Amino acid sequence: MNRMEFRYLPMTEQDERDMLQTIGVDSIDDLLEDIPASLRESASLSAIGAPLPEVDLVRHMTKLAEKNMHTKSHPSFLGAGMYDHLSPSVMNHMLLRSEFYTAYTPYQPEISQGELQAMFEFQTMICELTGMDVANSSMYDGITSLAEATYLASAHTKKKRVVVSGAVHPEAKDVIRTYAGGPGLDVEVTEVVDGLTSTELDLTDASCLVVQYPNFYGRVEDLAALAKVAHDAGALLVVSSNPLALGVLESPGALGADITVGDAQPFGIPQSFGGPSCGYFAVKKALMRKLPGRLVGQTVDEDGKRGFVLTLQAREQHIRRDKATSNICSNQALNALAASITMSALGKYGIRDMAIRNMQTAHYMKESLKAAGYAVIDEGPMFNEFVVDFGVDADDVSRHLLDHGIIGGLPLGTYESERRTQMLICATELRTKEEIDGFIEVVGGMN
Amino acid sequence: MQHEQTLIFEVSRAGRTGYNLPTPTVPEVDLESLLPASMIRTQVAELPEVSELDVVRHYTSLSTRNHGVDSGFYPLGSCTMKYNPKVNEDMARLPGFAHIHPLQPIESVQGALEMMVDLQEKLAEITGMDEVTLQPAAGAHGEWTGLMLIKAFHHHNGDVQRTKVLVPDSAHGTNPASAVVAGFETVTVKSDERGLVDLDDLKAKVGEDTAALMLTNPNTLGLFEADILEISKVVHEAGGKLYYDGANSNAILGIARPGDMGFDVVHLNLHKTFTGPHGGGGPGSGPVGVKRDLIPYLPTPIVRKADSGYTLDYDRPQSIGRIKPFYGNFGINVRAYSYIKTMGAEGLTRVSREAVLNANYMFARLKDAFDVPYDTYCKHEFVLSGKRQKALGVRTLDIAKRLLDFGYHPPTIYFPLNVEECIMVEPTETESKETLDAFCDAMLQIVKEAEENPEIVQTAPHTTVVKRLDETLAARKPVLKYEHRQPSSIN
Repeated sequence: MNRMEFRYLPMTEQDERDMLQTIGVDSIDDLLEDIPASLRESASLSAIGAPLPEVDLVRHMTKLAEKNMHTKSHPSFLGAGMYDHLSPSVMNHMLLRSEFYTAYTPYQPEISQGELQAMFEFQTMICELTGMDVANSSMYDGITSLAEATYLASAHTKKKRVVVSGAVHPEAKDVIRTYAGGPGLDVEVTEVVDGLTSTELDLTDASCLVVQYPNFYGRVEDLAALAKVAHDAGALLVVSSNPLALGVLESPGALGADITVGDAQPFGIPQSFGGPSCGYFAVKKALMRKLPGRLVGQTVDEDGKRGFVLTLQAREQHIRRDKATSNICSNQALNALAASITMSALGKYGIRDMAIRNMQTAHYMKESLKAAGYAVIDEGPMFNEFVVDFGVDADDVSRHLLDHGIIGGLPLGTYESERRTQMLICATELRTKEEIDGFIEVVGGMN
Repeated sequence: MQHEQTLIFEVSRAGRTGYNLPTPTVPEVDLESLLPASMIRTQVAELPEVSELDVVRHYTSLSTRNHGVDSGFYPLGSCTMKYNPKVNEDMARLPGFAHIHPLQPIESVQGALEMMVDLQEKLAEITGMDEVTLQPAAGAHGEWTGLMLIKAFHHHNGDVQRTKVLVPDSAHGTNPASAVVAGFETVTVKSDERGLVDLDDLKAKVGEDTAALMLTNPNTLGLFEADILEISKVVHEAGGKLYYDGANSNAILGIARPGDMGFDVVHLNLHKTFTGPHGGGGPGSGPVGVKRDLIPYLPTPIVRKADSGYTLDYDRPQSIGRIKPFYGNFGINVRAYSYIKTMGAEGLTRVSREAVLNANYMFARLKDAFDVPYDTYCKHEFVLSGKRQKALGVRTLDIAKRLLDFGYHPPTIYFPLNVEECIMVEPTETESKETLDAFCDAMLQIVKEAEENPEIVQTAPHTTVVKRLDETLAARKPVLKYEHRQPSSIN
């Protein structure tokens, strides 16, 4: 291929000659002579294939993408940690302002005030929703954020026992277990009673009690009671919370949470097959200096003008190396920006109204399923998810729905074999009465 | 003096909104009948009340106060701030990629899994490894994952005494931090007068307690570890594993493969080498590749091609377990895949060769004006020392701030730690000779200013929207959120 056909590579043959001459060598190979010859000989990339012009690339990628069923063409009742919500048009337009997405971590604050201020505003919005004192500028996702929270709790309390509610997302339990293998934490999972975390817990020597709010099965936990159980035993209460639900639910901070984490994906971030999403991490003030990740703080410049900087960096790996509170370096700043834009567009009452609409939609679906004769499991106060027992393998229900162009809820047998007839169903503000009625009709037609 | 930028909360006016919910189709039930009063918020979250145009003006204004690769040259060493192709953004936003749920029935996401398998195979080829997982969210997450794999391997072999990870003094800060989070102790290996791993020091420190050596190659000085085959032999003979920090892999595509160098585990930063945009700090993606003997320990699930189609394999009894929900930062992986397909084998090889040429060209133009700790051909990046300027009262920090006045993002400064007043420059291959020349001219002018008019450098920047910021104040009296004066009640 002619060298000019690589549109991302500006070097002309003349440039190459001029540059080599300035350096004083004959060819680029002269610059690579310190690399052992045997390595250079074996470094073939033959399996990578030929370069693709843009039109060919788009054709190839579109073909792959079109092999997937997506939630813009098929109604989806899947939630379980990743949600199909509205995404204001204005969000994507602002996100494509490329001064944001082509920048890196704001190490030079004078030319990064836009990003820094956006993160400061994100931190503020997360604190407002969660009722916590301090939030960082994002983590990888809600679940690794939760695993990091167990590290913080263990470091703070100097205890290695981590007690996790059985009603936490199964993938979160798995990730917490894997993370525990690093510092050698002991993870115990509690029983679920009637769809909720039991308050009859032995938290002796526990660093923390980890709960989810609303929990994996969609139920709203009694956080105040769980906070009391944890605090009476000298443990921290760690809450993983859907931030959209906090538009209407009492905040974890007000109910006694010491650490609140979660995923801001519900604020317009595409599901994108599970990532990238946007973890958040918020704490009470006493834990501020133990937070993982980047923190943005307000300050002034030499003229006394307000400005923003990365702060309290003595916690971080690039300063403290092996003494850092976490190894996290990059975060999900761009998705935190996306969430901030969506939260701004929705605003103070929009977010509450959207949360209520989710509840109303899920409520309608739950009542309709009950009216059609299906059993709702562990019914009680919920947000936008609930569990139905179909009496047959829920995988079959899911496949039957798929055959009719509907992406059904999550067959719980995916994670728990004893629940294989149950389905976790989610109905967000995007689901219409027609779609919900269609779901029930299709399920009703199963033999 | 330019105006002070308002916060979105300061733009807020009661009664404004920037979005409408869809037309309701289900019955509107009172909140009180859906939720007990004790569960309902008593104090409304103080989010802003703004119109859609307010949102647009605010974030547009913020964007103009930010420097990205699209704004201008960004030679931030070890960060590979190359051009982020626009078509990749479009590809990641195709509805069939952006709007698929990770728990959909497997037959409804075959295209996504096919892309993942193809990307895994391509990354395995590029790195010379046997198997790749796309799950780690970022470089540091990949490091930690790789070390957990190594730990599982040693424990499986009964080598529980391998508790130490060797890390060169020039390593990225994430290396020692990841090692500690994975439950290891770190041992620092010195650099020698060449700026490379001191083989004698390595031999003295490696032993029966060695779990692994973490190495970046080329290292953070931009120098290729020429003794890599010997280093590999020393570590392996002691029973340790070799970990490759892929942050600097923009230098080696099609030139040398970590697998051939002897590395057992590799992570790549798809947001660096493979053009996933840096996003102001993320999201990134940090796939990990391993040699055959470490495959059993890879995190679950593994994406595979089977006779019946593409599948997710969870039946992996020796796996370290799940390290992230679902399957990694898929959206970033789509962008990287799109880039690899665009460049092909020939393009990728040219990427690294031209990145190396660009760095050496800049080094040749700048090395006489600065102190040079290691005067040898570099790879994709190089380091200068501002010692000479410091003697004139101009610190490396001042030089960096002065570069802002010329419209550049400065290089990485004060890293690696083993070079005094360090300036670490990585131009990347996507920058033209004119850009490199203009930047070098600016650097040389600043050097001249440091000699003739140091104050202009010491008091820089002069043209930015804010001047130097008081970082001490920010840390001493942390203000980490906007304080609303009058909280509203829920009604």
